[in-house]
Amino acid sequence: MTTVALKPATMAQALTRAMRDAMAADPTVHVMGEDVGTLGGVFRVTDGLAKEFGEDRCTDTPLAEAGILGAAVGMAMYGLRPVVEMQFDAFAYPAFEQLISHVSRMRNRTRGAMPLPITVRVPYGGGIGGVEHHSDSSEAYYMATPGLHVVTPATVADAYGLLRAAIASDDPVVFLEPKRLYWSKDSWNPDEPSAVEPIGRAVVRRPGRSATLITYGPSLPVCLEAARAAEAEGWDLEVVDLRSLVPFDDETVCASVRRTGRALVVHESGGFGGPGGEIAARVTERCFHHLEAPVLRVAGFDIPYPPPMLERHHLPGVDRVLDAVGRLQWEAER
Amino acid sequence: MTVMEQRGAYRPTPPPAWQPRTDPAPLLPDAAPYRVLGTEAAAQADPGLLRRLYAQLVRGRRYNAQATALTKQGRLAVYPSSVGQEACEVAAALVLEDRDWLFPSYRDTLAVVARGVDPVQALTLLRGDWHTGYNPREHRVAPLCTPLATQLPHAVGLAHAARLKGDDVVALAMVGDGGTSEGDFHEALNFAAVWQAPVVFLVQNNGFAISVPLAKQTAAPSLAHKAVGYGMPGRLVDGNDAVAMYDVLSEAVRHARAGGGPTLVEAVTYRVEAHTNADDDKRYRADSEVAAWREHDPIDLLEQELTARGLLDEDGIRAARDDAEALAADLRARMNQDPVLDPMDLFAQVYAEPTPQLREQRAQLRAELEAEAEGSH
Repeated sequence: MTTVALKPATMAQALTRAMRDAMAADPTVHVMGEDVGTLGGVFRVTDGLAKEFGEDRCTDTPLAEAGILGAAVGMAMYGLRPVVEMQFDAFAYPAFEQLISHVSRMRNRTRGAMPLPITVRVPYGGGIGGVEHHSDSSEAYYMATPGLHVVTPATVADAYGLLRAAIASDDPVVFLEPKRLYWSKDSWNPDEPSAVEPIGRAVVRRPGRSATLITYGPSLPVCLEAARAAEAEGWDLEVVDLRSLVPFDDETVCASVRRTGRALVVHESGGFGGPGGEIAARVTERCFHHLEAPVLRVAGFDIPYPPPMLERHHLPGVDRVLDAVGRLQWEAER
Repeated sequence: MTVMEQRGAYRPTPPPAWQPRTDPAPLLPDAAPYRVLGTEAAAQADPGLLRRLYAQLVRGRRYNAQATALTKQGRLAVYPSSVGQEACEVAAALVLEDRDWLFPSYRDTLAVVARGVDPVQALTLLRGDWHTGYNPREHRVAPLCTPLATQLPHAVGLAHAARLKGDDVVALAMVGDGGTSEGDFHEALNFAAVWQAPVVFLVQNNGFAISVPLAKQTAAPSLAHKAVGYGMPGRLVDGNDAVAMYDVLSEAVRHARAGGGPTLVEAVTYRVEAHTNADDDKRYRADSEVAAWREHDPIDLLEQELTARGLLDEDGIRAARDDAEALAADLRARMNQDPVLDPMDLFAQVYAEPTPQLREQRAQLRAELEAEAEGSH
């Protein structure tokens, strides 16, 4: 048995490596967006791609998100695989019409004659002290649009595997990158990157018996830490990382909830009309007779994303998760 | 003192790196729309081209009439007529090579048909049996686009991609006067100019965006003037003059194909009929205005030229009308057949592989259909 020396790498590096490998393997892969070329992106995620593959393959575009995504639609129509960077979550909103009216439905509208293999990379979420419009969690908007895949990595290895899968997908993928995990490190060997995961499978990050925490992206580390802390109180928590919000992996999630009998959804986007409502409903519909308590949600408040000096009060942290876990000791009121 | 000099007086001196890119004069459109028919230049026009344009205009007019009739019979949910605009529609299709791409807007069914798409397939969006009835790759015609101006950046991206691949493909994108107010119009023109993409933007200025007249749409001297700000030439042309349309568009296509970049063409025309059957155009314009434009009819203008040059006689006119009548009869016959729809198509091609959720829903619908069939026995 050979042991591979795993080197610590950041999520940002894994994402860069995924794009680089995809571009090297397939000449139709084109990276485009504002600042992605010479600068290498404001988060440096596209660092070095323009130098290695030329500015025709990694293109600094004019500053116009609808134009960037709209042009990507035409490029995909002609056989390219555009990988579009939206720079920040809230900057993607001008491109919504292109995403919803065209990107998501071109395959369906043309009965399969014109699939659009576009990857839309959106750095999202808070926790980095960004000013207004730099910390939104917009996943519910994307999830509500049929025709889009919506994925978000929470680990370095998944960042690589999921982005390769997204770029290889013949369908449009909204690839949500948790900004506050860009610099998170993990033991990952960039010289032998892990196999590409198929889109649509959740994974159990921590097995447990007392309750299931269902989470994704930036909230995964919070849930894992909460699970460690909960041990002291006798809770053995299972943590499921969804990875893919669309398609949704009912099978993995519900198998876990049937084992534990209790479920808590954790995400930092707002709770009202948020992903947690959909997930709680799905779990309830499928696991009602296994549930010992109502499915609970720990989410961000239903407020516009707060200024950075207050964001720690908004973002679901370990204490808020533990508090909700306590409430899973639910007994029916008589 | 020019406007630029005045602005310089209250603006900080630009750093040395900033330089005006071009003298805007060559980019500016003519003061009046370019015309050929009725001028001496018309004598130079190729007789073969004139005849081809004429045949297509007559077909187009008949197609418009037939589609409108089908709307009244309930065969089409809606039909945005292009009566009066046939010269723009026909020229847009005829100037393109097979390998080029057309990006139509919802009113441009005629251009789509003139490009070779089956007339029934071109109408499925408006009939309601599917969104796009034709395979866009087969004729290099993008789906008819309902949101305004959103297809323009697609044309830019496609033309850009073709050039990256080394193909000399041109994209021609059509939009109305109202569409020029949309953000996507701006972004598309800007991208095209920065990338020097081989795109021709054709604005059919037909006077109204449903009911809103051009004067409430823009304060620009003309829509063609907008080109200058992006750094591309703007051309103003009489949209009812089929020969002028063909000349200007084919020159723009040649320019794009030769690597000269995009052109914005504004065709000054008029929507003689209402926006759609749901519109009451008497609320926003006078009959006299419509009547005046009917006097400047694209078919009459070309017919006069052909007749004057001895290229068309009664027999020729009859032959063109017979051909158009055959098109209409075929369209009528086929549109009067009820389309056979498969409800399971609802789940076709939402994704390459249906999600588990869609597989469940598909099974549910199948069960409902089976129960329905069972019940009807």
